[in-house]
Amino acid sequence: MIFVTVGTQLAFPRLMEAFDTLAPGLGEDVVAQVGPDTGNYPNLKAQPNVAPDEFERLFTEARLVVGHAGVGTILSAKRFGTPLVLMPRRHALGEHRNDHQLATAKAVEKLPGVYIAWQADELAGLLVRDDLKPMTNDESPTHSALIGRLKAFIETA
Amino acid sequence: MTKKILAVASGGGHWQQLMLMRRAFEGNDVRFITTLPGLPEQFDAHPAAIVRDCNRNERVKSFLSLLAITWQILKFRPDVIISTGALPGVMALAVGRLFGARTIWVDSIANAEEMSMSGRLARRFAHLWLSQWDHVAKDAGAEYAGAVL
Repeated sequence: MIFVTVGTQLAFPRLMEAFDTLAPGLGEDVVAQVGPDTGNYPNLKAQPNVAPDEFERLFTEARLVVGHAGVGTILSAKRFGTPLVLMPRRHALGEHRNDHQLATAKAVEKLPGVYIAWQADELAGLLVRDDLKPMTNDESPTHSALIGRLKAFIETA
Repeated sequence: MTKKILAVASGGGHWQQLMLMRRAFEGNDVRFITTLPGLPEQFDAHPAAIVRDCNRNERVKSFLSLLAITWQILKFRPDVIISTGALPGVMALAVGRLFGARTIWVDSIANAEEMSMSGRLARRFAHLWLSQWDHVAKDAGAEYAGAVL
């Protein structure tokens, strides 16, 4: 099963349309949390939002999670150890109020288990790969640096 | 020496990020404040208190949150207060500083373009004022020391 999630605040029809086209050829269920999206996606198991415990279950059971480049999505994939494909929202396409998701995607691009689809036509190639690694809950170097700074401050407080 | 640390975050992304900083608190006496009942249990973060969430447009709610946070600070008398947001965290820094705590603001990593509104409010109350983005920190005059991603 593939879980596609775009957060609660904004619809992301470009991602859902791409999946609705790809889903029949995948041979597996695509569960989609679509947010405030009025589009019709007959090939997806679509729902606007998902309760926290259901969200946790979907993350645990999914072979792969595909999302917008939202921080909540990234931290959840990290926590549950799921391979994660991100497609950043674009300001120019009216998908967000600015291009901060491009910055987020660039910042996490090198983390293990993270794969970026900069454009919708890159999704298909990622979905058929059988070597996708799960995200790990390990501390990244920047994460360790932040912890170190906080520790140093606390010690001298 | 063991420090008393009060760690404050609203439910959702703010709380998730605070949880990822817990290793920095190890060996100290830590208490948590959040806004969503059930969250501390889910993350095994205790002792914890729940205060109501609030924003700047809700004056009565905000005042009640402020009272609850002040009460928690008077009971615990923390040496350090840390928050990732949002408004209840700013309040905790402001009140805690009045009572002599050293204060830390770590702006949410969701703010990749500029400091959050609560982060800007927190500036005057935070001894350590951090953004998790280098370029945001430079623009705002904050410090960048890393990020939870």
